[in-house]
Amino acid sequence: MSGDTRQTEAVHDAIEAIADRLADEKEYLTELDSAIGDADHGANMNRGFQAARDRVAETDGDPAELVKTAGVALVSEVGGASGPLYGGSLLKASQELDDGLTAETTIAFAERYLETVEERGKASVGDKTMVDALTPAVHTYKKSIEVDDCEPIEALGKAVDAARRGVEFTTPLRAKKGRASYLGWRSVGHQDPGATSTLYLLEELLDVATEYENGEVAVDAEADIDPDELPEPDAEDVPVDGGD
Amino acid sequence: MVGLVVVSHSKQAAAGIREIAQEMGGDARIEAVGGTEDGRIGTTPGPIGDAIAAVAEDAGGVVVLVDLGSAVLNAELAIETAEVDDVAIADAPILEGALNAAVAATAADATLDSVRSAAEDAADVSKV
Repeated sequence: MSGDTRQTEAVHDAIEAIADRLADEKEYLTELDSAIGDADHGANMNRGFQAARDRVAETDGDPAELVKTAGVALVSEVGGASGPLYGGSLLKASQELDDGLTAETTIAFAERYLETVEERGKASVGDKTMVDALTPAVHTYKKSIEVDDCEPIEALGKAVDAARRGVEFTTPLRAKKGRASYLGWRSVGHQDPGATSTLYLLEELLDVATEYENGEVAVDAEADIDPDELPEPDAEDVPVDGGD
Repeated sequence: MVGLVVVSHSKQAAAGIREIAQEMGGDARIEAVGGTEDGRIGTTPGPIGDAIAAVAEDAGGVVVLVDLGSAVLNAELAIETAEVDDVAIADAPILEGALNAAVAATAADATLDSVRSAAEDAADVSKV
């Protein structure tokens, strides 16, 4: 079925795009992490997503299988808290994609991902973590579709904008979770690396989703995509191509 | 019987903590896991899971001592995927907790709860 193939290709492309982006941002993420952490976030995320890229490239499977494969790679390769947080959450949330990428499944995926990050990291909004970027993104995505009747691609664009504001929100906060919390007040005034990498993932998801929409999408294209919402780019493929 | 798994970001720290705990813990079964598989500072769930499985096979119950951050998250992940029933993470300082737990593990009537509880008592130890 062409819809299925397109979805599978989109997920391959999204993971590829994220891996490229993290390679590009490796130094910057490490710089952010050296200010308030252990200076390994850029290297860890890069290593993890290069492994995810390699493993996913060798995997034939549906979107759920591909996202799960990426999650397993992150869990085993990252070597820091981002492994269980990014990888473990992708792994768990991938179950929501068993029926492919639709508005409903991608909302469920995004919510499950957020829930898993919160549970594993025991973090809430305001703790100066990736949750501060993720929560507004997931809430905005869901609300834009379910309440405002937006197309998934448009909702994703809004979610990316929300995530960007969430990243900015982390700067003036004192960290309560993660390595930055050991710095106490000295963590204030620095942007959180995990929230930042989360934004990068979302931005790449949006870029890939937009490409799959043939560049016709009216969203704020500045925004990058969060990893949590990986499936969203394809969400529109189902109604369009699903009957083929 | 109950054994211990010590998980640190550093291979040397994990090995050193095991060394100190073993001195008091006699023949208690203690495994040390530290660093990433390619020798960096950090933790990954695979080796933690392997250590838990190995200790469980020898000792039955397993109490896991962790240092911080990813050691906690990866130990949780390893426990979720390991096929071991009697395993628990002690909410304790890693060195003092390991030492207390090693002593408790050598008691004739040691249980998972008694060893974990001994480890967690270390959180209240006053030093000066």
